[in-house]
Amino acid sequence: MSSSWGLLAITLVCVVTVGVGALGLRLSRTTSDFYVAGRTVTAGWNASAISGEYLSAASFLGVAGIVYSLGTDMLWLPVGYTLGYLVLLVLVAAPLRRSGAYTIPDFAEARLQSRQIRSVASLLVIGIGWLYLLPQFQGAGLALQTVTGAHPAVGNLVVAVVVLASVAAGGMRSITLVQAMQYWIKLVAIAVPVFVLLWIWLRQGQPLPAISSPNGPFTGPGVGYAAREHPVYATYSTLLALCFGTMGLPHVLVRFYTNPDGRAARRTTAIVIGLIGLFYLFPPIIAMLARTYLPALPPGTRADSIVLMLPGAMVPGTLGDLLSAILAAGAFAAFLSTASGLTVSVAGVIDQDLFSGRLNRRSGGDLPRTHSFRLASAVAILVPYAASWFWANVTLADTVGMAFAVAASTLSPVLVLGVWWRRLSVTGAMAGLAVGGALAIGATVATVAGWAGSTGRGWAGTLLAQPAAWTMPIAFATTVIVSLATPASVPKNAARILVRLHAPEEVAGRHTDA
Amino acid sequence: MGLDPRERGRARHTVRPVSTPLPTPALVLVALGLLTLAIAFGRLVRRRRFVSPVDRATYQTLHTVSLATRSLRDGLTPEGAARATKHLRSMLGSEAVAITDTGATLAWDGAGAHHRGQVHGHAQPVLTSGRTLVLTEREIACGDPDCPITSGILVPIVADDHVVAALAAYGRSTSAGLVRATEELARWISTQIELAELGRQRTRVMEAELRALRAQISPHFIYNCLAAIASFVRTDPDRARELLLEFADFTRYAFRRGGAFTPLRDELQNIERYLALEKARFGDRLRVHLTIAPEVLGVSVPFLAIQPLVENAVRHGIEGKAGIGHVTIQAADVGAHAEITIEDDGSGSDPDTIRAVLAGESGRDSVGLGNVDARLRQAYGDEYGLVVETAPGAGTRVSFRVPKFAPGVLP
Repeated sequence: MSSSWGLLAITLVCVVTVGVGALGLRLSRTTSDFYVAGRTVTAGWNASAISGEYLSAASFLGVAGIVYSLGTDMLWLPVGYTLGYLVLLVLVAAPLRRSGAYTIPDFAEARLQSRQIRSVASLLVIGIGWLYLLPQFQGAGLALQTVTGAHPAVGNLVVAVVVLASVAAGGMRSITLVQAMQYWIKLVAIAVPVFVLLWIWLRQGQPLPAISSPNGPFTGPGVGYAAREHPVYATYSTLLALCFGTMGLPHVLVRFYTNPDGRAARRTTAIVIGLIGLFYLFPPIIAMLARTYLPALPPGTRADSIVLMLPGAMVPGTLGDLLSAILAAGAFAAFLSTASGLTVSVAGVIDQDLFSGRLNRRSGGDLPRTHSFRLASAVAILVPYAASWFWANVTLADTVGMAFAVAASTLSPVLVLGVWWRRLSVTGAMAGLAVGGALAIGATVATVAGWAGSTGRGWAGTLLAQPAAWTMPIAFATTVIVSLATPASVPKNAARILVRLHAPEEVAGRHTDA
Repeated sequence: MGLDPRERGRARHTVRPVSTPLPTPALVLVALGLLTLAIAFGRLVRRRRFVSPVDRATYQTLHTVSLATRSLRDGLTPEGAARATKHLRSMLGSEAVAITDTGATLAWDGAGAHHRGQVHGHAQPVLTSGRTLVLTEREIACGDPDCPITSGILVPIVADDHVVAALAAYGRSTSAGLVRATEELARWISTQIELAELGRQRTRVMEAELRALRAQISPHFIYNCLAAIASFVRTDPDRARELLLEFADFTRYAFRRGGAFTPLRDELQNIERYLALEKARFGDRLRVHLTIAPEVLGVSVPFLAIQPLVENAVRHGIEGKAGIGHVTIQAADVGAHAEITIEDDGSGSDPDTIRAVLAGESGRDSVGLGNVDARLRQAYGDEYGLVVETAPGAGTRVSFRVPKFAPGVLP
């Protein structure tokens, strides 16, 4: 593979991202006419922006990689990534917007009127953010490695610096227009190469990949997890984690704040489902073509990099290099947008809930706001960067799966019950967070450390590797039971808050005016 | 989640030359966790270690006082009193402590809770006379021989020269020392109640100020508006009609009743009407530039917080000088905050004058400025006040930040 094309494409993406981050404000909206009402962010733009931040390097590279190596059963994965928004739409989208909360800790505090819950939720948001940032770093390092042959550690360092630069340059502003463009760039960067490759495949008349992999036929149902034990359980558990984990991701709720009201939040979510679904049509096609043209991985490569290797294998020469470069640029754009969005969210929480009070006390209140935010962004990036050194051996999609499992077992009970159940008590929420968090994080650590998940460990290994199916119900049950046992710590105005969350804005407004 | 065995095989001999890569992250995590715990424990131990028993006793007492203070923050509410009596009892060391106000017993803490119903009766003479009363075993008259409540001390709690409640300490015996301690404690509670009352008054004053500001559309503005509209009635009746409608909408918004907060979108819309009216008057002399991030249109801001600032900018930017005046309004998205800036290139003013206005010492020129500043601080805390940058001849720039979410702030 020619490295110059790919390097050029990646450099271009980096420069554009950092530049737009720094200048974006000026580019997008200096105006001298007024008309505020017409300037609200529309649902379409907002949905594009959410999708742009959501589709990560794991989506761009990891989904194709895991379908390639584990078979068509993994098609459930992109379905699950999309399904999360359906659950979000049905259960929490509009009420969350009406709560006026900007972050998940904000919602926890507004709903339960408790600072302690806020602190615990903040810690969890930071942890989940880091767990989700980790595969982004790996994916970017991988893209750099595949394109240039650089050692992954070098790639990781480069991307850490680029993200830090783009966040520090202007990351605090979330510019809808820029994030929305990211989605369309990613879509084009994957769709165009896929259509070209499909056309080549049709002309060459190659067969469909009816190949049998070492684990059984590629297209056979119910065998995808054959490498692992209890494939049906594993599939359902992963799906559950994805469905309920999406609402707990730190960078998702933040974008909902931009919607003018609850109804717009719902409309935005519906469009997001369409946009993300459209994008996820393409990675499986790449996996299928790769099965045909690259029946076995060359030694020394990870399945996650097949997206970048496929064009070279199908059309050696300039066209292949060009397509590869486009895909690498797309993967890098995916990485940068998700990583920046996550870093901003995590840094925001670190800054607000861990730093600002303490820093202000130490510095006598002289520290400018931006400095403490920049310091927080450095912390938000350094931790997952350091972790990416140790974490090299877990596939992208799997690490992402863990972030979803932890989110589903901790924040989702608080969000769902907080929106729908009036008798949720502070003690109950706290117990649910503690139990769900301990179980899910414990299972994650066990898996990453290699104590579980590999074959030959029976149910115990499978349960630890795909924990959501048991940790999430336990977390929900703990929250409900402890809440019922401690009615005294139900916030006094719970009923009023719930009316606020569920009544359309016009009704609520009329109510307060009276 | 696990690995495909084929992949793990590949990964092990290719990715990096670490001999046993798998347990390392877990070890690092565990080590980090232990380190954090050790540091936290060390700090805790250091904080708990005292030089002498006297230090410890002082600390204990002050700590109890600070806990009780927190409970009494809202004055003598049943919940607050219930929480406070626990701490009060540990300070007095008596068997039971109760608080009653003029209506009923608010709280009882300690043994012999069956006496709770009597407290209000016991306190009647104290509440009417304002004198300390010591009860003996005969007056308490308990049928239970094991009951520890055999004597009591009742002390009035006085706020603003009125007896508002009584503090009662019950136990096996009384002493002059206990009576004096109880009286001292009652005096302390009185102070807390007065402080809470002060806090409530501050809120009421703020509300009154808000009402005052709402009504405070300057008469000059109304007069000037109507005069400007009148000048269009013959030459451009359509424009005159439009302006009248703007004027109606503007006053309807400004006089609306309802919450103390409003979405930035509505506030800006009202400023739009205001500026349309001012433009009718000044024509091309007034140039307005806007840079509004659509992301922050939904942020809740205090009702009528921005309009007075814009009005000031127009007044300083145009009326004070000849030629064209520029007014710039910006609303930017900065992470968890929105930043709003109003700038004019007018005559500017002496920083000391502005400082005096913000400190509430002079309300001559910019009534709005001090009021907006006070309301912002009251709603979001002291670090959210107005920032004014100005110098004579250099224009004025007023900015403030609003958190996207603040507990209790809803439009």
